[in-house]
Amino acid sequence: MDPIVSFQGVTKRYGYLSVLKELDLDVAPNEKVAIIGPSGSGKSTLLRVLMTLEQIQEGIIYVDGQPLTHMERNGALVPADERYQRSVRGKIGMVFQNFNLFPHMTALQNCMEAPMNVLGLSRQDAQARASELLEMVGLADKMQSRPNRLSGGQQQRVAIARALAMRPKVMLFDEVTSALDPELVGEVLNVIRKLGDEHNLTMLMVTHQMGFAREFADRVCFFYEGRIAEQGPPNEFFTDPKNERTRAFLSAVLEAH
Amino acid sequence: MTIRLAFLIALMGFTGGLMVASFAGFREFIPGLLMGAWVTVQITVLAAILAVVAAMAAGLAKLSRIRVLRWIANIYVEIFRGTSALVQLFWLYFVLPHFGISLSAMTVAVVGLGLNVGAYGAEVVRGSIQAVAKGQYEAATALNMSRSLTMRRIIIPQAVAAMLPPWGNLFIELLKATALVSLITITDLTFRAYQLNQVTLRTVEIFTLVLVVYLALSLVITIGMRALERRVGADFGTGRVL
Repeated sequence: MDPIVSFQGVTKRYGYLSVLKELDLDVAPNEKVAIIGPSGSGKSTLLRVLMTLEQIQEGIIYVDGQPLTHMERNGALVPADERYQRSVRGKIGMVFQNFNLFPHMTALQNCMEAPMNVLGLSRQDAQARASELLEMVGLADKMQSRPNRLSGGQQQRVAIARALAMRPKVMLFDEVTSALDPELVGEVLNVIRKLGDEHNLTMLMVTHQMGFAREFADRVCFFYEGRIAEQGPPNEFFTDPKNERTRAFLSAVLEAH
Repeated sequence: MTIRLAFLIALMGFTGGLMVASFAGFREFIPGLLMGAWVTVQITVLAAILAVVAAMAAGLAKLSRIRVLRWIANIYVEIFRGTSALVQLFWLYFVLPHFGISLSAMTVAVVGLGLNVGAYGAEVVRGSIQAVAKGQYEAATALNMSRSLTMRRIIIPQAVAAMLPPWGNLFIELLKATALVSLITITDLTFRAYQLNQVTLRTVEIFTLVLVVYLALSLVITIGMRALERRVGADFGTGRVL
């Protein structure tokens, strides 16, 4: 099957520092990919360039067969302008470490804003879609609450519902439980599990939850210094890591728990 | 906060009472001063509206991706912030006619003071917009919102909440700066006081009374802005903005 996301020779630099180095990565439709690695290894940057929050310097990214970072002009590929990027990036949704909910809107309004003003849904349709999703993440009773009246776990679940309301094909989760108190991590992971069961969604998640990665992901990618140092199915990856860096990282992480 | 407001109002009442007690016969000045105060209020309100419009335009232009807009905004802000408000009024009133543009004194007062305060306001607008968390832009991008939609629906509503307290300051500055218009022939509160003093020589009563009227007007601004802040704060579910 054709990949839904394809990184081809992607390099991302900040000044002289290369954060992604000629990266190749194909993700199959409906695949769940867990991305792990030490801080500064480029794993969050991978999600950020895919969401077009950052521009890449070399290579090209395809989403659902369409180039995302470039567009065709007179038979050649040139860097994409904003308008073109908007036409492609609608297939991608993202959930952030710090939730980034809109503080001046209720949970419901947070989930209705973009469907109404970007997709052009009527108020009624947007509200129906938003309340269905908020119910799905277990927040039927919090629809009229503003973010500062919600716990971190509740805020993150609103953020997931908000992203899903745009009906993306690919969901990006950037350390979505890292800012949460330990007792709130489970409720967010449960929602993600549920998405994996019920929705036909491709997911890329940067995570420090090794147990969750092992249980949930189809594939684990270990990032080291801007490259994928090792990848494979979780059982193989966690029980028999081939790469020395992977072994060092896993034992350091396991020691901490 | 309510307690503090009540205290201020009580202080005003007390001062007023004191005036009544100690300056018998001050009533004869009141009609004249009130007429002047009405002019002061008109100039303040109209100039404040112009200041907000000018500040929003210039503040947004300063953040524009179009260089010419940034330049124009910078030139406007630097000229009106970097020169004396009194000289600006004189220039508009006495110099512009030499270039064939004659404006009424009221127009000059409103335009001059409005643009002057608007220049300070532009920095308030720019600062408040830049203070909105970067994550808000990222969330909007992730929801595929366009730049203009992001500004209109996400960034500016949050920036407005943050800019209310500094605007309260600017409006009070504006109120006090209106005293300058007495020097371009407008019979505002300060000019009335000056006139009455020339005729009656009751300097103590007149200028004390004028102080009290300015204080009362500025308290109206303070109370109004606090109510607005509470209202907007309630929209954030905090009652207290950010």
